[in-house]
Amino acid sequence: MERSEIIQKINAIFIETLDNDDIIITEKSNANDVEEWDSLTHIQLVVAIEKAFKIRFTSKEIQSWANVGEMISNMQEKGI
Amino acid sequence: MKDFSQLKKNLKKDFSKLKTIKIAVLGDSATQFLIQALRGTAFDEGLNLDIWEADFNQIERQIFDPNSELYSFAPEIILVFQSAHKLLGKYNKYKVEQHPLLAANELEIIKNSFSVLTQKLNAKIIYYNYTEIEDAVFGNFANKTESSFLFQLRKLNYELMLYAAKTNNFYLCDISSIQNNFGKQFLFQSAIYINTEMVLSIDALPIVAAKTIALISALEGKFKKCLIVDLDNTMWGGIIGDDGLENIQIGALGIGKAFSEFQYWIKKLKQRGIIIAVCSKNTESVAKEPFEKHPDMVLHLEDIAVFVANWENKADNIRQIQKILNIGFDSMVFLDDNPFERNIVRENIPQICVPELPEDPAEYLEYLYTLNLFETASFSKEDTERTQLYQVEAQRSRVQQNFTNEDDFLKSLNMLSLVESFNKFNTPRVSQLSQRSNQFNLRTVRYDDADIEKLANSKDHFTFSFTLNDKFGDNGLICVVILRKENASTLFIDSWFMSCRVLKRGMENFVLNSIVEFAKDKCYSSIIGEYVPTAKNEMVKEHYANLGFTERTERWHLDVPSYETKKNFIRTK
Repeated sequence: MERSEIIQKINAIFIETLDNDDIIITEKSNANDVEEWDSLTHIQLVVAIEKAFKIRFTSKEIQSWANVGEMISNMQEKGI
Repeated sequence: MKDFSQLKKNLKKDFSKLKTIKIAVLGDSATQFLIQALRGTAFDEGLNLDIWEADFNQIERQIFDPNSELYSFAPEIILVFQSAHKLLGKYNKYKVEQHPLLAANELEIIKNSFSVLTQKLNAKIIYYNYTEIEDAVFGNFANKTESSFLFQLRKLNYELMLYAAKTNNFYLCDISSIQNNFGKQFLFQSAIYINTEMVLSIDALPIVAAKTIALISALEGKFKKCLIVDLDNTMWGGIIGDDGLENIQIGALGIGKAFSEFQYWIKKLKQRGIIIAVCSKNTESVAKEPFEKHPDMVLHLEDIAVFVANWENKADNIRQIQKILNIGFDSMVFLDDNPFERNIVRENIPQICVPELPEDPAEYLEYLYTLNLFETASFSKEDTERTQLYQVEAQRSRVQQNFTNEDDFLKSLNMLSLVESFNKFNTPRVSQLSQRSNQFNLRTVRYDDADIEKLANSKDHFTFSFTLNDKFGDNGLICVVILRKENASTLFIDSWFMSCRVLKRGMENFVLNSIVEFAKDKCYSSIIGEYVPTAKNEMVKEHYANLGFTERTERWHLDVPSYETKKNFIRTK
C-alpha cells in the first residue's frame, strides 16, 4: 500500500477514535501535535490501527515510534 | 453492543437529567478506560455515574487511612478491581512454602478491608473475581497441587463466593465467567498490558462494563421481573393447532431436546421468582392442551402466571398482561421465534426487551445466556411463591380487551397482496398450504401438485392465491380460494384456507372482496360456501356468518349484486 494511502486511512482512524473531525495527520505528526493524543488514547489508536490493517505490533514497537511516519514504516515492514 | 469508541461518544452527552450514583473505583491496574466504558454504558441505562478513581495501586491506603479521599468522597458503591496478573505477581514473590497460603491471605485482607469500609461508610462493595491464568508450571497436576497458582486462584474465587453468600452489601462481579465465554485471547492483550498496566483489551471493556452496570442497575431496583413466551416454535417445535398434540417437538421427538432444555431454563427462572406469562396466537383450549396432557412438557399450567392465547395482536395482548401484573414494560422480556411478531411488539411497546432469537432453536439457550437478562440483587423465599400470587390476580382482572386503535394499527402496516390464479411458480406452495392448514380451512380438502395443476387448467374452476406483504416483511403466499362453477349463475367455494399467521389483518374481507368482484365481472349472481367441521377447524365455524352469508339448508349463500365492499386496509399489488 502507498504511504499516502496508509496515512489517509490512519487519519480516518484518528478522527473516529479521538472523536475530532479537525485532525490532519502527516508523517511528521506526533503526540505533541494532537491535543487528544496521550499515552492512554495512544493504546486505543494502536488497537484500532491493528484491527483496521489486521496486523499486530509488538510491545516494543508500540513504544518505539517518534512520529506517524515511523509507524507507517513499521507497518510496511509487516507487509502493508 | 456498542464498542468502546461509541461508548466514549456517550460521555459528551447530557447527563444532567439522569439519576446520579456516586461510585468509587479502586484498582490495582490502570482503570481509566474501564471507567469511561462504565460511564458510557450507564448513560444508555439512564444512570449518571459520578465516579471517583483512586490513584492506581492505592487500594489499601485509601481504605485504611481514615482521612483518605475515599472517605471524603463518600461513595454509595465501591468497585474493587484487583487483577489476576497482580495476584500472580504476589504469588511470584512469595517464598515457596507460603504458596499454599495465597488464597487464605488474600481473603483475610479482603475481609479486613470490608469491615473497615463498612464501619465508616454505608456503601455497597462490588468486587471483581479473578480471571483464570494457568501458568503451566504443573500442567494438569496443578489441580492436584494445593501450592500451584491455579489451585490458589480458583480457591480464592470459591472462597469469595462463600464470603459473598453470607455478607450483606458485598457483591461479586463475575469477570471470570466473561473470560470463560469469550476466551483469554479476547480479554487480555499482552502488548497493551506491558505498555500500560491495563489488563482488559479495548474490545473487552464494553462487555465488562455491561456486566457491571447490570449489577449496579439491579442494586438500584432496575431488573427484569417477567418473561413472556410465545408457544409454537418457541416453547415447542411445530404448530399445536396444525400438527396436533402427538406431533409437536418436545422431549425425544425431532429437535425436541432443544425445547426441553429451553423449558428447564424457564422453569428455573420461575423458581427464582421471574413471572412467566404466555402470549400465543392460538385457540386457548388448543394452546393449553400440551401443558395439560403432553408427558414431555417441563412446564405446566401452574408455572404460568398469565396465559393469553387468542388471535388478537400481540402488542395488545402484552398490554393486557402488563395491566394484570401491574409492572413496568421495561421489566419485561418477550421471546418469540417470529420476526414479525417481535417487530410489532417492539414498534408498539419500545420499553420491552425483545431479544432477536436465532433462527435455529438449538441456539436459543446459548444466545440467551450471553444476554444476561435476569440480573438480580436479591433472592428470597417469597420469590419462589410469586407465580401463585399473580395467577390469582390474573383471574380477578380478566378484562375485556379494548382495541380502539385497531384500524390505525392495520393502516400503519402498509399491507399489499398479490392476487394470482394458480401457476407453475406458486403450485408447490399452494399444495403445501393445503396440506398444512388445519385450523383456518373451511372444507379441508387436500391437494397435491398434480391436483393443483389440474385445477389451474379446468374450465369449471377459478383459482385464487393471495400473498401478504407488510412493512415488516413478506409473509409469502398465505391464502387460497378455489371456486367451482355450480351453474350459470352460481359459484361454489370448493376451498378456502389460510395461514393463521395472518389472522386479524382483514385478509378475510380482502379475499371476499376479490372473489365477489370476480363473480360480478363474470355475471354470477350468487356465491355459496360450506363449512365442513373437523377436529381442528372450529375457529372458522362462523366464518361465513361473520362475512354476511345467510344459511340455507346447511350451505351459506351470498347475493352478489347487493354485496357491499368490505372495509379493509390491504391494497392489491
